[in-house]
Amino acid sequence: MKSDTIAAIATGMSNAGISIVRISGDEAFSIIDKIYQSKGRKKKLSEQKSHTVHYGYIFDGEQMIDEVLVIIMKGPKSYTKEDVVEINCHGGMMVTRKVLETAVKYGARVAEPGEFTKRAFLNGRIDLSQAEAVIDVIQSKNHYALQSSLNQLKGSVQKKIVEIRENILRDVAFIEAALDDPEHIDIDGFDKTLLSNVESNLKKLDKLYQSSDHGRLMKEGINTVIIGKPNAGKSSLLNGMLKEDRAIVTDIEGTTRDTLEETIVFDGILLNIMDTAGIRQTKDIVEQIGVERARNEAEQADLILYVVDSAKALDENDDTVMEFIKDRKAIILRNKIDLKEMVSKEDIILAMKKYSDKESPIVDISAKLQKGMQELENMIKDMFYEGEISFNDEVYITNVRHKAAIKEGIDSLEQVRESIHNGMPEDFYSIDLMNAYKVLGEIIGETVEEDLVNKIFSEFCMGK
Amino acid sequence: MAYEYEAYDVCVVGAGHAGCEAALAAARLGLQTIMFTVSMDSIALMPCNPNIGGSSKGHLVREIDALGGEMGKNIDKTYIQSKMLNKSKGPAVYSLRAQADKQDYTTEMRKVIENTENLTVKQAEVTKILVEDGKVTGVQTFSDAIYPCQTVVLCTGVYLKARCVYGDVSNYTGPNGLSAANHLSESLRELGIELYRFKTGTPARIDKRSIDFSKMTEQFGDEEVVPFSFTNTPEDIKKEQVSCWLTYTNEETHKIIRSNLDRSPLYSGDIEGTGPRYCPSIEDKVVRFADKERHQVFIEPEGNYTNEMYIGGMSSSLPEDVQYKMYRSVPGLENAKIVRNAYAIEYDCINATQLKPSLEFKKIEGLFSGGQFNGSSGYEEAAAQGLIAGINAGLKILGHEPLILDRSQAYIGVLIDDLVTKETHEPYRMMTSRAEYRLLLRQDNADMRLTEIGHEIGLINEERYEKFLAKKQMIQEELTRVEKATVGGNAKVNAILEANGSTPLNSGATIAELIRRPELTYEMLEEIDTKRKPLPKDVIEQVNINLKYEGYIKRQMKQVEHFKKLENKKIPENLDYNQVYSLRIEAKQKLQAIRPASVGQASRISGVSPADISVLLVYLESR
Repeated sequence: MKSDTIAAIATGMSNAGISIVRISGDEAFSIIDKIYQSKGRKKKLSEQKSHTVHYGYIFDGEQMIDEVLVIIMKGPKSYTKEDVVEINCHGGMMVTRKVLETAVKYGARVAEPGEFTKRAFLNGRIDLSQAEAVIDVIQSKNHYALQSSLNQLKGSVQKKIVEIRENILRDVAFIEAALDDPEHIDIDGFDKTLLSNVESNLKKLDKLYQSSDHGRLMKEGINTVIIGKPNAGKSSLLNGMLKEDRAIVTDIEGTTRDTLEETIVFDGILLNIMDTAGIRQTKDIVEQIGVERARNEAEQADLILYVVDSAKALDENDDTVMEFIKDRKAIILRNKIDLKEMVSKEDIILAMKKYSDKESPIVDISAKLQKGMQELENMIKDMFYEGEISFNDEVYITNVRHKAAIKEGIDSLEQVRESIHNGMPEDFYSIDLMNAYKVLGEIIGETVEEDLVNKIFSEFCMGK
Repeated sequence: MAYEYEAYDVCVVGAGHAGCEAALAAARLGLQTIMFTVSMDSIALMPCNPNIGGSSKGHLVREIDALGGEMGKNIDKTYIQSKMLNKSKGPAVYSLRAQADKQDYTTEMRKVIENTENLTVKQAEVTKILVEDGKVTGVQTFSDAIYPCQTVVLCTGVYLKARCVYGDVSNYTGPNGLSAANHLSESLRELGIELYRFKTGTPARIDKRSIDFSKMTEQFGDEEVVPFSFTNTPEDIKKEQVSCWLTYTNEETHKIIRSNLDRSPLYSGDIEGTGPRYCPSIEDKVVRFADKERHQVFIEPEGNYTNEMYIGGMSSSLPEDVQYKMYRSVPGLENAKIVRNAYAIEYDCINATQLKPSLEFKKIEGLFSGGQFNGSSGYEEAAAQGLIAGINAGLKILGHEPLILDRSQAYIGVLIDDLVTKETHEPYRMMTSRAEYRLLLRQDNADMRLTEIGHEIGLINEERYEKFLAKKQMIQEELTRVEKATVGGNAKVNAILEANGSTPLNSGATIAELIRRPELTYEMLEEIDTKRKPLPKDVIEQVNINLKYEGYIKRQMKQVEHFKKLENKKIPENLDYNQVYSLRIEAKQKLQAIRPASVGQASRISGVSPADISVLLVYLESR
């Protein structure tokens, strides 16, 4: 059975020096031929012996992406029993992603979560008795992918996609209503309106596509949440970490949350830091919602920074926080060490013991005076390099997947534009418009289902 | 007391558009078939609109014809006006629609039915389906006569517990006062079949002599008529056509409706059935599209020998006195004499996800169903299902695999797949937007797609099949020829090109390349394509379309290839989804309830995710 060719990053991306982009399928060799160049620029990998390693470079046209080692395996002697190419990349996360994107650009499709394993199984590479294990891989990877694609998608991106899809659907519904009931609905001259709508949607999509180059579709990196009771110094901590000399990658616009969120990079580590509402027992409904959100954010976080006010005795609000950080990766910050000490390190350790045997590291700081910030950074770095904290790698793949979807949406809309220019009949427009609608929906986890039919009936009066 | 009357192979319950196709198909497959109707005088009755075809419905009729069904031939015999809609659009959405002489339509169909070998018609109400060990054994009528049989096709249309309503007047009858089938619902429930209650409606009929046509716009048929049936040529069916008329509602009409809404059974809650959104009553339109100042009203003749005119666009269930005022507020209808009042009709139908794609009930072997009973609407949708249900009821007895058309083969495939896969909560109507491969599923190539299948089943005779093969070959040869035939950039060629608004040639080009230019057609190149032999029009049409839309067609064919992969992965009928490791609960419940026939069908069930499909694939492989 002929299958399309898939690609993905096969290694975890957090802290490995080398990562591997794997391509599998009928086109694997023809794709690698298009993007690989040997030192002498003469070697064609499709003509090399199976199970050999080749040194060279990955190119996107004239642009060199990375210096790599490529392993080629001809089916059926490969993991998936299909033709497989593995590219060992050396340039770190961003470059690896670029390599994957290049493979996609030249004809591969970003693999579904768990798809390599699925293919290995369906092609008989994995023993039938392993079915359950295979299913587990598929389910867990999908679970992560779903989490990352929905949680990590930036609110502003989501909003734009929803808006563009709505525009598209309205146009298709009009065309289809007119085709269905030409005696009631007249679409003569609609091309002009449609063309301007398509142009405007294309502009919006182009912008999204550009921004995706800098990873701005997804919140990549370590999701870090600052929590603590009110006035413990959470906001000062966030401000303190965002020093002037540090690049602020982006301020998140349009997030629907009332939590403050910033992205910072140090030593190649990307942190998404989120400040949350102070945790305290309250009857105020608005504040309760804030506290609930803080709790949700903390639950999805890769790392929690728990700020303790050392100038005030521990109270029931600290108990609440300690309860929900108990099994999570956390650093406890004893803040306000410039003031009179009311809470000692030992007090904290003792209090935490009530909830967990695990000891979270404690760092003394004064956010106000910028004391102890270097120690905090070192602590985070250590934890990262020692693999204690990591993050959902799937985000990177998802970003590439989303990017490919946006590209396909752009291609489809360009096809509509061309059809309009060529004077094709209206029914051809809606085919490509619907495809754009569908692929963009994949980004925000929406399917097509009965959307079009519902739209037609709700907006247009038709029928006998 | 119940007693055995006569045994048959196939019993068809109902003689509407679905029932007729079902009965004819089964009888033509050589099976002893009996068709029951509540009235011999209402065979293939058109109780609502007086036309066949229209957007996507026209496609269905041509497909029915290509498979060896009767509807296309019957409308060709009895049409009084014919039009190809959407002629300015792409060929995929060209839609053939014909006004019928309703009386003739019934009469002609009755002639065919009564003269078909192996087919018996009986006026009787079927009240019970007899089932033993999950298998159909026969039907029983109101008079307690038992007809043992091997398969049953239910085509009860809108007759099950039918109730007609307008204002506070309500009658437990079928359309036009015909008696309803009041007992069968109970028998179906006892068999564990889940029933829905749907609603539809029809406008008033008005005496032609009371209409002032000078206030309306006349609408003519096409000069050159395209037949529905592939067995007919335009010349075969050429005739004098009648006109339809267009007028509009106005603010006055809407005021009358709005001030009487409280008397509408739709709004008072007296009607419980779910109505179709695409065919709203005029009161629905006025409420839902409040900002529209006027709605179109089409005045269509019901036949050549009657003065009754159908008032399209103004179906209603308002009380009689309101209807009187409402219709008379429309320009040209000021003095209208209403012959039949508008009414709404409620009826029992089924949740069609209880059916297999073959239209056989999953739970009851040998029981098939088609038409409005399955929750669809429209004569054409009904006929299409009736044909498939009849074919499969026959094939089952003959020990053959059922005929299942998929979404890439026919609108019929889309229709049935939607019905049995997606639970519909309103009468389902075909639309071209529901067909994802509509560039391939054109009305012009229905014969190319389906004649072979019809022949294989045994509904297309040798003579017709030979003709089809000859046409297919002509198309193929001409496509090959124009790809090779070249013309140079000489003065004669360029003169022709320029005369047709096309860029002149510098060097040579093939005829095919020229046809692919948007502004040119096969016909325009006659003078410069010197080796051309005369070809029938329908062959030329195929050559044009195949070349002009080649890129799009190829793209869709590629998508179809992808689609077929999952479609061809069959799921065993007895699969216990509870045993499928790690399937999400929602997916498990949906799959368990619908029991899809293939992984492709499973993937179209709402609530089943791509990850669930992967899990299912792995599970099926490991069994």
